[in-house]
Amino acid sequence: MKKRGSGPTTEARPAAAADPYRTRSGIPLEPWYGPQHVRSHAPPPGVFPYTRGIHRDMYRGKVWTMRQYAGFGTPVQTNERFRFLLQEGQTGLSLALDLPTQLGLDSDDPLALGEVGKVGVAIDSLADMETIFQGIPLDRVSTSMTINGTASILLAMYEAVARKQGVAPERIAGTVQNDPLKEIGARGAWIFPLDPSMRLAIDLVEDTLARLPRFNPISIASHYRDAGANPAEEMAYTLSAGIAYARALMSRGIAPDEFGTRLSFFFYTYTNFFEEVAKYRAGRRIWAQWMKDAGATNENAMRMRAACVCGGHSLTRAEPLNNLARITIEAFAVACAGLQSVFTAAYDEAYAIPTELSAKTSLRIQQILALETEVAKVADPLGGSYFVESLTDSMEEAIRAVMEEIERRGGMVEALRSGWLQREIAKRAYEHQRAVDEGLIPVVGVNWPGDAAREDMPVEVQPLSEEAAEEQRRSLERVRRERDPAQVEKALARVADEARGEGNLMPAIREAVLAYATVGEITSALRRAFGTYEPPSLF
Amino acid sequence: MRVTGYKPRILLGKAGLDGHDRGIKVIAAALRDASMEVIYTGLRATVPSIAAAAVQESVDAIGLSILSGAHVSICRELRKELEKRNALDIPVVVGGIIPAADWPLLAEAGVRKIFGPESPLDEVVEYFRWVVEPRAWANGNGPRPVGEGV
Repeated sequence: MKKRGSGPTTEARPAAAADPYRTRSGIPLEPWYGPQHVRSHAPPPGVFPYTRGIHRDMYRGKVWTMRQYAGFGTPVQTNERFRFLLQEGQTGLSLALDLPTQLGLDSDDPLALGEVGKVGVAIDSLADMETIFQGIPLDRVSTSMTINGTASILLAMYEAVARKQGVAPERIAGTVQNDPLKEIGARGAWIFPLDPSMRLAIDLVEDTLARLPRFNPISIASHYRDAGANPAEEMAYTLSAGIAYARALMSRGIAPDEFGTRLSFFFYTYTNFFEEVAKYRAGRRIWAQWMKDAGATNENAMRMRAACVCGGHSLTRAEPLNNLARITIEAFAVACAGLQSVFTAAYDEAYAIPTELSAKTSLRIQQILALETEVAKVADPLGGSYFVESLTDSMEEAIRAVMEEIERRGGMVEALRSGWLQREIAKRAYEHQRAVDEGLIPVVGVNWPGDAAREDMPVEVQPLSEEAAEEQRRSLERVRRERDPAQVEKALARVADEARGEGNLMPAIREAVLAYATVGEITSALRRAFGTYEPPSLF
Repeated sequence: MRVTGYKPRILLGKAGLDGHDRGIKVIAAALRDASMEVIYTGLRATVPSIAAAAVQESVDAIGLSILSGAHVSICRELRKELEKRNALDIPVVVGGIIPAADWPLLAEAGVRKIFGPESPLDEVVEYFRWVVEPRAWANGNGPRPVGEGV
């Protein structure tokens, strides 16, 4: 049968953005689809290669986890917010960290000035983690931490808090993002050079596999999309990063069956509804096949577990209430695609940190989908649609084409080292913005209808106070005063020593955390051995 | 579009710890396509280093991209640093997520213009062209008739 849909070739790319009858990835759209367009029939949900979902009964067994990103200001305020969200029916916690914490800087570091508690909570030492989870039983919630460069330190703190609550490490559940490749490729919160970053990430995975059976040690994330990549490229870059981590684990003698069950992915979903559904169906198929070829025999190790965010760059600042419609469309796509965890962004994201009302409304969107529609009752409700099945095949081709290009460049790590991937993404972001400016890609309220658009609407903005940062610095000072300096010094020396060696760094980091060494101190000890990442020039 | 023989030099800075550089890279590409010379500091540039680079490279304008919420402290510090270097005449333009309530604070800190997330590239480019003109004149590099070139 004739092959339909082509991968985004170099020549097709500039045209793709401009053609209204192509998807965002450049796949041509027919006016209608029929049986002649369907090239394959996927097996039922829960059956390899899981095109139709990783579970047979999908959301009947367990509805997706509704996980809202929260955390701002001080640990005390975050603790209050978490209790509020749990009370409102949220089923998992998600911890957002401020930039100094993500980059391994203490709240009193001169570089942290003005940034403490701004985009998430500030964590300096174990004492802060204790405050954040005070009164929240860690054997009964799961916590997702959006943390990469300092993931090992934060995970060690979380485990220590659980121990203090009397909860054994085997019982804590959650995820750390722990994906340094996407920080280097897209999000910019890198600390160490590529190779030691990989080592640190893999140390965490290895240690968690052995000690924390309910914790997911890595969530391979697709921030490439928010930085500019199209949907096919997003899936390709993210799966290629997954392959890079898988290979690193296998080179330490860890079998695909051992780590495969514990990897998870994190994607972005925009309003291109059908393409998004097809993207996830195709991605699951590619990942399952890769893991099988890598030697996995346990079916669970081949299933692509995925979380996603609805919002991001698809949301507009103009006419912010329109974003409620966008978030709803996106969350509906994700539910149709059968993902495991969903974060719906707030409609006022382009203004500031969400207010209580906007955060709650976003959660309500998910609850309406889960309870008032049929989407949670039938697995893969779009399966068998001529259009969706055909688009799934075309997306698979497009994704594989990009993955092959990355392989030709030596894999994901090398594609990042040379700067090729970063340049591709920047190029795509520029093309997109040009196409939006020229009205070739319609964004309602922004470039449509006409010039009347782009009005700013006043929204209530969550106040952030400098007092919170001051309070954080005071509490850090108190920790530094009350801890045993000799113990801290010894623990930090061990971290630096181990970093120069080849062993797993996690035990040394745990010791430092327990001594109340700060995130900044532990990161500095590592940096002395590892150095700092230097981005390649993009121009 | 006005054609001038002068090639404005723009310093684009990403101050603070925020790593979201999609916007600033897009702006860099747009300014370059409009025949301007762009110097980009890269991520996590300190404010003193931005001010120093602006003076050293004798740029015609500074563009800052800030999405982290730290815009007020960054812009105030930049003003101080420029003042120290006797360079308050270099116009400062900010792009990013800036709540309207903070616009007056940035204006007080000397920011000439604020662009939000949906600003069309041509508007940004035109603004830079316009804002650098007085400096270009002062340097004896004012707009010239088409065809004269340099």
